[in-house]
Amino acid sequence: MAIGEVPVVPPPSAMRHARLLSTWGEPPGFFGWFKKVHHTSIGTRFIVTAFIFFVLGGILAVLMRLQLARPENRFLGPDKYNQFFTVHGSTMIFLFAVPLMFQGFGTYLVPLIVGARNIAFPRLAAFSYYIYLFGCLFFWVGLLLNIGADRGWFAYVTLSGPDYSPGKRVDFWAQMITFTETSALATAVCLAATILRHRAPGMSLNRMPMILWEKLVLSFMVIFAMPAVMLSSSMLLLDRTVGTQFFNPAEGGDVLLYQHLFWFFGHPDVYIIFLPGTAIVTTLVTCFARRHIFGYAALVISTISVGFIGFGVWVHHMFATGLPQLGESFFTAATLMIVVPTAVQFFCWIATLWNGRVQFKFPMWWVAGFFFVFMIGGLSGLMLASVPVDTQVHDTFFVVAHFHYVLIGGAVFPMFGALYFWIPKMTGRMMNDHLGKWNFWLFFIGFNLTFFTMHFLGLRGMTRRVYTYLPEMNWGALNLLASAGGLLMAAGVLVFIVNFFWSRNNGRTAGADPWRAGSLEWAVPSPPPHYNFAELPTVNGREALWDAAPRQPVVIGVREDMRETLVTDTLDADPDHKMDSPEPSVWPFWTAVAVSVLFIGSVFSAKSVEYTSIPVAITIIAWYWPRWGESQRRKATEIWSE
Amino acid sequence: MERVSERPVLDVSDLPTVVFGPRNVVWLGTILFMLIEGTMIAMLWASYFYYRTRSSDWPPGVFPPVLKWGIANSIVFLVSLAPAAWIRRRARTGDVVGCRVGLMALAAFGLVNTALRGFEFANLNCRWSANAYASTIWVLMGIHSAHLLTDVIETIVLAALAFTDRVEGTRLADFDENSMYWYFVVGVALVTNFIVYGASRLF
Repeated sequence: MAIGEVPVVPPPSAMRHARLLSTWGEPPGFFGWFKKVHHTSIGTRFIVTAFIFFVLGGILAVLMRLQLARPENRFLGPDKYNQFFTVHGSTMIFLFAVPLMFQGFGTYLVPLIVGARNIAFPRLAAFSYYIYLFGCLFFWVGLLLNIGADRGWFAYVTLSGPDYSPGKRVDFWAQMITFTETSALATAVCLAATILRHRAPGMSLNRMPMILWEKLVLSFMVIFAMPAVMLSSSMLLLDRTVGTQFFNPAEGGDVLLYQHLFWFFGHPDVYIIFLPGTAIVTTLVTCFARRHIFGYAALVISTISVGFIGFGVWVHHMFATGLPQLGESFFTAATLMIVVPTAVQFFCWIATLWNGRVQFKFPMWWVAGFFFVFMIGGLSGLMLASVPVDTQVHDTFFVVAHFHYVLIGGAVFPMFGALYFWIPKMTGRMMNDHLGKWNFWLFFIGFNLTFFTMHFLGLRGMTRRVYTYLPEMNWGALNLLASAGGLLMAAGVLVFIVNFFWSRNNGRTAGADPWRAGSLEWAVPSPPPHYNFAELPTVNGREALWDAAPRQPVVIGVREDMRETLVTDTLDADPDHKMDSPEPSVWPFWTAVAVSVLFIGSVFSAKSVEYTSIPVAITIIAWYWPRWGESQRRKATEIWSE
Repeated sequence: MERVSERPVLDVSDLPTVVFGPRNVVWLGTILFMLIEGTMIAMLWASYFYYRTRSSDWPPGVFPPVLKWGIANSIVFLVSLAPAAWIRRRARTGDVVGCRVGLMALAAFGLVNTALRGFEFANLNCRWSANAYASTIWVLMGIHSAHLLTDVIETIVLAALAFTDRVEGTRLADFDENSMYWYFVVGVALVTNFIVYGASRLF
């Protein structure tokens, strides 16, 4: 039997399907929307919301490009321009990249790939979405009221401190960080627990698909990196609202501490954005090379070492601050060192493609785009790792070009590949390849036109974050080219949106496994029912569907009249015990509302925390308090471990 | 029940539904939250020493905090480990009555800690707005107080729950995890107090 033809999870009878749905189904209707806890519902919300903010951030970028298209342009004034570049950068990093690549794809895919019926701590996952959504709205309301944040996406002190930024603009930014990082941290806990304890029997650590390794490493990176930025932005907020002196040099405060704390988060965050891209590439390369990935152990070690080394390079963002030279040398070395695991990943992909039977289906186009674009970003990164070069081009468009090559190459190209790959699973319909190719070429050509040009602008001395320039600088032609590229990119994204809506109604029916891929999400129907797996699967190899035995065993003995889930041990995924997955609940929503009131209130009056914390406590208690019926049922059926 | 297409099965009917400690998924979740909160407060500890390197006069222009309240609270924190450990032992044997006693005792200790924390704040010998040192020790104590209050409220809620008929195995595991979180609160309190009261005098 050819690979991919083994039904690892046999389809359920109609009666069984109905019974599983009555246990695991999501509450219907308007009010039901606020109670949903299934990971596919929450993951879809994350992906859709983050994509909307990707589009909004992109619109700001296009407006900025229109402003820069010719010298002495008066389309946007300096104030609008400041707000736009700040909100654009912050939106792309905090409201789009991490929420979509880590939280959206992670929440949707991880429980399916591990073979579970839901994510661990599903109510926490729901809370994570609501708090993210409220953070997005809070941040953008500022912009719409023309009091948006305007101090850049890292809001350096002292410029962002109380002396130089009166008003509430910076507070919108600082508190948006608290919202989104609370959300990312909550998702990290859910995903790490799901990966470590809910894997299907047989999926030992050395059989986990690479995307699970990446999500696991990423969860821990989030756990160790995000607190730093929550702390620095909270300290900034306290300096601005209650008169603490953290960053006030006149009272013993220190502005470089802000930069240290910010970049201790900021650089790992680059990898938090980029590692999902590499895992997507690994997944797509494996699937379309029709073979197991080459160098699995090397890839796992590379992913983990990127996770570690990523925490040791932050000072390269601060080369221009006059730190001691010995320190700078160390961080140059660390920055160059991180090339090694990244290169190992590239060689593994090349080797896999080299002796695979490559099917160049459409998602692979984006992998090819990723190879091209990301490599250029990597090469300019090597140049910037050198202190003299960095000092020369610091804060110029050369740096803007570099990080867009890295971030769009490392995240957006793989994202489109992933969307074309997994949307058939989410909607049950294939995307249109013809429109897809328009999407690809418009975006690819537009991207290179915009950002390759910026290297030259940077080398010719054009600094970033200036709203206009004089004709005598001779930057006009290159800027016009870059702006034209921006419009092409926007057209490419528009074609994707058209493709999505067209395909959702008219696309070919996808079936369970349209790509003949190997991981467990392809064993369930598209879109997956809310119980995910009719029979809980077992796993026989790294590619669960390809490696399945002809009569691959399934798990029995998990109750279907209540939301019982199987917990396995961390190393070998041997069955350990069973636990109840929480029922749908409206309380995560109300908790998010209460927490949002507290966060927003504290921006306007620090004392308000004294009473806004009371609803937070009440809603969390209501969230936790066990329902009588459930507790009696559990009491009647519980089995204590020896 | 209709049967799965005559294939081999892995029967998990007899697996337990009540487990304690590292086997429990809630244990893992609690550990991960402790890592998050621990990282945040460790960054603040590091910031304290970073500021220390920027000033030859320490604490700059103010007296160190009054020692007695810090010592008193540290001692109460240490003693409170006893009821926390007691709860863990009783929960694992299914002794709901023992847990009630333990939770009430732990809540009482928590309230004493909170009251003493109030005296600590009143005797820091500086306002948060005096300088960066003052801001740091205020926020250090503030973050820890948020942890403390959270766990005190949680303990009171669990104590109330222990008197209802809604207690079953997984709730007993919650009592167990609550104690583990209390260990964390105590551990962080001891290091924080060492920095706030000790480092301002020793280094």
